[in-house]
Amino acid sequence: MKSRSIQARAGAAILQSVPIILLATGTVCLLLFALDFSPIAIIRAMAAGSLTSWLKFSQLLSIWVPLLLCSCGLLFTFRAGLWNIGIEGQVVMGAIGATILLRMNPGFLPPPITIIAAMAAACIGGSLWGLLAGILKSRGGVNEIFGGLGLNFVAQGIILYLIFGPWKRAGIASMSGTDIFARNLWLPTPVGWRVAPAALITAIAVFILSRLFLNHTRFGLKVKAVGLNPEASRLFHIHADRYGLFAIMVGGALAGLAGGLQVTGVYHRLIPSISSGYGYLGLLVVMLANYKSLPVPLITLFFAWLAAGSIQLPIMLRIDSSLSGVIQGACVLSALLVHGLRTRRQG
Amino acid sequence: MMEISAAVFLAGIASSAAPLILAALGETLTEKAGVINLSLDGAILLSAMAGFVVAARTGSMVVGFAAAAGTGMLATLVLVVISIYLGQSQVAVGFALTFLCRDLAYFLGAPFARTAGPQLSIVPVPILADLPIIGPVFFQHSLIVYTSFIAIPLLWFFIYRTPQGLVLRCVGENPEACWARGIQPRKIQTIYTLLGGALIGLAGAAFSLAIKPGWGRPQGCEGMGWIALALVIFGGWHPLKVAFGAYLFGFLQMSGIFLQDIFPSIPAQIFQVAPFPLMIFTLVLVHLGRDNKGRKFFLLRLLSGDPPDALGKNYRQV
Repeated sequence: MKSRSIQARAGAAILQSVPIILLATGTVCLLLFALDFSPIAIIRAMAAGSLTSWLKFSQLLSIWVPLLLCSCGLLFTFRAGLWNIGIEGQVVMGAIGATILLRMNPGFLPPPITIIAAMAAACIGGSLWGLLAGILKSRGGVNEIFGGLGLNFVAQGIILYLIFGPWKRAGIASMSGTDIFARNLWLPTPVGWRVAPAALITAIAVFILSRLFLNHTRFGLKVKAVGLNPEASRLFHIHADRYGLFAIMVGGALAGLAGGLQVTGVYHRLIPSISSGYGYLGLLVVMLANYKSLPVPLITLFFAWLAAGSIQLPIMLRIDSSLSGVIQGACVLSALLVHGLRTRRQG
Repeated sequence: MMEISAAVFLAGIASSAAPLILAALGETLTEKAGVINLSLDGAILLSAMAGFVVAARTGSMVVGFAAAAGTGMLATLVLVVISIYLGQSQVAVGFALTFLCRDLAYFLGAPFARTAGPQLSIVPVPILADLPIIGPVFFQHSLIVYTSFIAIPLLWFFIYRTPQGLVLRCVGENPEACWARGIQPRKIQTIYTLLGGALIGLAGAAFSLAIKPGWGRPQGCEGMGWIALALVIFGGWHPLKVAFGAYLFGFLQMSGIFLQDIFPSIPAQIFQVAPFPLMIFTLVLVHLGRDNKGRKFFLLRLLSGDPPDALGKNYRQV
């Protein structure tokens, strides 16, 4: 591969994405005009809801953190040629893993150590759940899409059982989740912030490390080889199953970390909808990034803006907040359409 | 007394499985042609919304169901264009499409959420409906449930006993050979993907106009599309076995409701997810049934079935 500078590649990528952006914007605007909504008013409302103050922008960043972590995890599994739809369940199991440790709250440990241990437990929980889907595929012959999907529902069942059963709130069990953890087990968040700086730093560090690992190590190259051609990589003594399992475990660990950070940094308790659909959204992000790592931070930021901004829409303009999902879906399908047209033209 | 409740139980399975059967049979038709349509879950929701809104506005059930079928076809048209004709991954397109359809359904349907709407009435079949047990189980349903009954043998006959069905299976197994014989694989795939889309659309309307009448967020049919997809694999791409799987799932769901009465301390959500681990378990069994050792066991042999050879691979026409 030609080694071009990062600026040149970024420039080419921006140029390539122009038709995608035009197509997606055009389609969504047509839809809005047909319904007699003003796109300008919508953009203004979404900006007002997410960009006008640091408090609002840090709210956006609190969505960006789990989304970026999930997307990084998916970069690993996509690189290995796997469709890790089970990522939602991995987020949930990570959150459960973290909650186990935070509930134990061993007094002899200083709280920061407990939080770090909880994050490790989150990674383990997520990666074991990923491993399960991987083993179901390599040993049980269950396609990872269906195995993962089934495990998502199972994880949802487990979290509901825990919240309504053993971990139920003193008094009455409810959908609002478990008891809130002791304050010293919250990820420290400065006044006027909605996102914990530690979570932000973790997400950025994970992205940089993932990128380095996937693009600049021998291990990353082997994962890629397995994804591109499992039969050929076997001839080079690369066990396709083993690297596939490795990739899905790393992906699960990062998804689990996202779940753990949601528990200790955002909600300070375990809630039934702890994953908030960030796993599925991450799949759309990585597809829109054409399975490359470089555009991922920007796309996740854009998606996080859509998600954070759209919360204001029902209040300000009486427009349903699912509009953000419509825009995200339209972007990905536009990208696929443009890629399809481009490859067809090239023959 | 016991007799009546057993009949009610079975009738409940027959009607609650109807939309699942329509959707799973539609997907079977599509996958037989070698195309995997992952957009099921969102497409069902979108057509459920379209069917509900149109039926409520026009006051006509027929128009409502037609609109739903049309919506299902329109959604799958995206898959046809981007995957079959432009060669992009069917899994990627289907997955993005399912989320677009879902959010589009909530977005477009928001003004109609929790508004009054029609419900398909029950049409007992004369004479047959009065039979003991069999009557209430099979012959006291709405028209869409009867449609699901008829669709099962009809689809089996079409796929395995007609020349068109043979062409359909050939395209799914070996599109190159079909091309050599003068059949256009992409045209056949387009037809059956759209037909499958129409059935998926009918399934959506079956939810919003009959089985879980009404529109809102959540509608109640979320997740059903994924189950229908799993049923196609569970049924080994055979319409009769797929339908059996749908009834099995209906049975598990209905027993969940009954078990909940017996064990009120266990949260209801547990019973709702219980069929999923069972589904994974059977998929593993189906896989074990594929190797020679497994074939010796009658049950495993019955469950096993092979996917169409060209499933999910886009045919590159030169």
